[in-house]
Amino acid sequence: MKLTTKAALSALALALAQPALAFEPESDDTINVMVADWSSMLVHSEILNIILSTYGYDVEKVVADDSARYPGFESGDLTIALETWQTTQDAAFTASVATGKVLDMGELGPQAKEDWWYPSYMKEQCPGLPDWKALRDCAEAFSSPETAPKGRYLSGPVSWGGFDEERVAALDLPFEVVHAGTDAAMFAELKAAYERKAPIMLWVYKPHWAPSVYDGEFVEFPKYEPACYEDPSWGPNPNAKYDCGKPEGWIKKMAWAGGEEKWPCAYDIVRNFTMEGDEVGQLVYEVDVEGRSVEDVAMEWATENEARWREWASCAND
Amino acid sequence: MAKGLTAKHSGMTTRRTLVALLLLAVLAAAPHFPPMLTDVPAALILPLSDWVGSGLNWIAREAQIGGVAVADITRAMAAGAEAPINALKILLADGWVTGAGFNKTQVAPPLSWLGVTLATALLSYRISGRGLAFLTLGAGVYLAAFGLWTSAMTTLASVLLCVVTALGIGLAVGIWSYRSARTETVVRAILNVMQTVPIFSYLLPTLLLFGYGPSAALFATVVYALPPMVHATVLALRAVPQETLELARMTGCTRAQMLRKVELPVAVPRLAIGLNQVVMMTLNMVIIASMIGAGGLGYDVLRALRRLDFGAGFEAGMGIVALAVVLDRLTQAAAEAQSTGRHGLWRRRDTLLALGVIAGTTTLSFAIPALADWPKAAVVTTAPFWNAAVSFINQEFYGPLEALRTFALLKIMNPFRDLLLALPWALLVAGAALAGQALGGPRTAATTAALALFIVVTGYWDPAMGSVYLTALAVALALVLGVPLGIWVSARPRLHEPVRLVLDTLQTLPTLVYLLPAVMLFRNGDFSALIAVVSYAIAPAVRYGMAGMAHVPPERVEAAAMSGCTSWQTFRHVRLPSALPTLILGVNQTVMMALSMLVIAALVGTRELGQEVYTSLARGETGPGIVAGLCVACIALIADALLKSAATSAGRREGGAHA
Repeated sequence: MKLTTKAALSALALALAQPALAFEPESDDTINVMVADWSSMLVHSEILNIILSTYGYDVEKVVADDSARYPGFESGDLTIALETWQTTQDAAFTASVATGKVLDMGELGPQAKEDWWYPSYMKEQCPGLPDWKALRDCAEAFSSPETAPKGRYLSGPVSWGGFDEERVAALDLPFEVVHAGTDAAMFAELKAAYERKAPIMLWVYKPHWAPSVYDGEFVEFPKYEPACYEDPSWGPNPNAKYDCGKPEGWIKKMAWAGGEEKWPCAYDIVRNFTMEGDEVGQLVYEVDVEGRSVEDVAMEWATENEARWREWASCAND
Repeated sequence: MAKGLTAKHSGMTTRRTLVALLLLAVLAAAPHFPPMLTDVPAALILPLSDWVGSGLNWIAREAQIGGVAVADITRAMAAGAEAPINALKILLADGWVTGAGFNKTQVAPPLSWLGVTLATALLSYRISGRGLAFLTLGAGVYLAAFGLWTSAMTTLASVLLCVVTALGIGLAVGIWSYRSARTETVVRAILNVMQTVPIFSYLLPTLLLFGYGPSAALFATVVYALPPMVHATVLALRAVPQETLELARMTGCTRAQMLRKVELPVAVPRLAIGLNQVVMMTLNMVIIASMIGAGGLGYDVLRALRRLDFGAGFEAGMGIVALAVVLDRLTQAAAEAQSTGRHGLWRRRDTLLALGVIAGTTTLSFAIPALADWPKAAVVTTAPFWNAAVSFINQEFYGPLEALRTFALLKIMNPFRDLLLALPWALLVAGAALAGQALGGPRTAATTAALALFIVVTGYWDPAMGSVYLTALAVALALVLGVPLGIWVSARPRLHEPVRLVLDTLQTLPTLVYLLPAVMLFRNGDFSALIAVVSYAIAPAVRYGMAGMAHVPPERVEAAAMSGCTSWQTFRHVRLPSALPTLILGVNQTVMMALSMLVIAALVGTRELGQEVYTSLARGETGPGIVAGLCVACIALIADALLKSAATSAGRREGGAHA
């Protein structure tokens, strides 16, 4: 009895789902949505996957590395990426768009910031923070046995770039730059130090779950301008480049230029896809701190915000 | 007789003294070496990374065979490989799903976890006995109760295909090498490189050729797991007794019949060792496979670790271990049954019973969803306990642990590293060649010199020294801790099975699971890296400690007892020298394992070849990754050549002295 009811209900659900399939995708080819391994990108990409799939597009999520993506996009292996951070990808992204094979699809919404970050309890040991000049007197407060008398700054993995070694030299900071092996290894140290109220200075980025769990601040360096990275005479040190903080800025969407003709409505949806910074922060919190699965969080968002994304997909509702 | 021995002995002593004097002379001259021989001059460095990178890009994008692009061929292969994996995934993990997004509906659930567990337990019972059946039941319930079943089945789908593929190709290549000596030399050289180049090195080219997804992971895993299977096949076929082969020939077997009905069946016990290695290494690769899109338990581990939930990462990691142990014990039991001639263990009625259980539970799961999907509310987890434990250790014991780390880094590790970096490269290359000469002769010397010079020419000399120092320390620690333990365990047969289980766990539990808590305590850097490498390299040290002692000829031990030796004297003068060749091979394996961990160690912030490979992967540069990987291979091959020569001469001495 239960079996027949279940089967009947499934058939009914399928029948009711028919109207949504009134829109036919322009092409049956697979849309490859790039995902990199940080949570905000995973959630966004899953939401996009849900939206596009509902309208009948064949979507596949493809794992690719942040910096390794450009050849994939230029050749069409990768179709869409919802996140490209200006903080580390500025030059590479601009260059790729200039080839004409990659499209700038507009900003996602949240602002990206990444820089030197310290827990609030370090302010007692180093008064003058968050001003960067205070670091000149605080080497010992942040030092560790193997870097003494210099302070220890934990930077991201070498592949993230960031020019921290150059920054330390240009701003004459008595710090030694140590590179973490991976994102997780870096934050493991933060967790350990925070639990013991021990000194730590490391690279933190937003949107990310860490700033919402741990209480702390970014160091205030001279504000970034493109000239800082190119012109030595800019900034506090007239003889060196990189004498400023890291770029803050946009998180942009990008897409393969050839896909515009193939799936015009999908590309419209992507252009309309935007989110608030706080909204993203909340989603990331659910996945990283609460431990819920990306699929669950994405499906919940899609269910609660159906009206909103149906509007993004106005081209499919005609 | 005695005079002959003395003459030979004094001849060896003279040669050894000469070599030692030569080395001292070179050392004395070292401070006076011209700068060209101290720091590698830029003129010597070849832009190998660029050549390799361009070459690979050309192959991936433009190369064609007979008008068809290589890229298309490989992509077609990838699609072909994915089909069976997807079929298995539908059957075991996801069920039959139609539509996507909001229209996603599950038409049929996957096979019930209860059914699959019971059927496998039945298989275990029939092939091995009650012990394995309980183990299988326990593993199945663990995976289901901790919410890991679906991921485990996704992993199992890829693993089964990898094992079958590696087994098939390994057997084929092994048989071919066995038949043709020329093939064997070529194959052996290729396999040596395959085994010693880190996986991360060829990960990017694999992705270029096969695209992202389970098929790239399949290819990388098969490349990784193939060499032991081929070696085992060749050794196994060679070990078939001559009399058996002659009998087969006399009874008129054709070549094919001989292979199928005589050689292979006799070789099965040794082939089983190869199969064990294939299973272990495939499961080892699970975590790396999920980094390139294979999903499953490896992905669960990575996700958990990214949010620093060590407990959840540990549970998922133990899921991988559970799969590894069950698969390994099942295949070993099957091989043993085959070789001891126990047939008819699994009858047709067992097939009907197993299928019936699976079908029954799956059909029931339409009515009772819990049979298809362990209810979320009932999922067990011990994660909070482990996380609390790590935090506790972090807060209470940080002081002494930090002191240990500081001492080790400042007094032992950094000085050793600085020393190696300061030594002139010419001196070290000459030293390697001399060692080769002393241990193996001119051919070994030439090989080691050529390999060392390759490292110089790539421009990776300094990172290579970083790798050498880390590996040397790790191997020394692993041997000091592992070999005595192995020797001690070998004398206590009741401990053998539990110790083997612990070693299997150490080799299949993803290192990151305990490495990240270690980073919490010991920070990013060489000390945490040392822990990572030692934890992996200690397993072969223990295994060879156990095995070495097991191969001592009993007659010698009896002879020693009869001449009144104490047990210590027996150990020192009889057991140890007999075990020496095996122990040296154990050192060799330990070095290989330690080198293969270098890239994983890079994940906690090292500054050597592993880091070069990892960074180039993250940057999307194929060239530097491969060239750095080849340097790791060179270090491995140098160690291999020197140690194998040492083992051979020790073996010869052993055999010769007691002629």
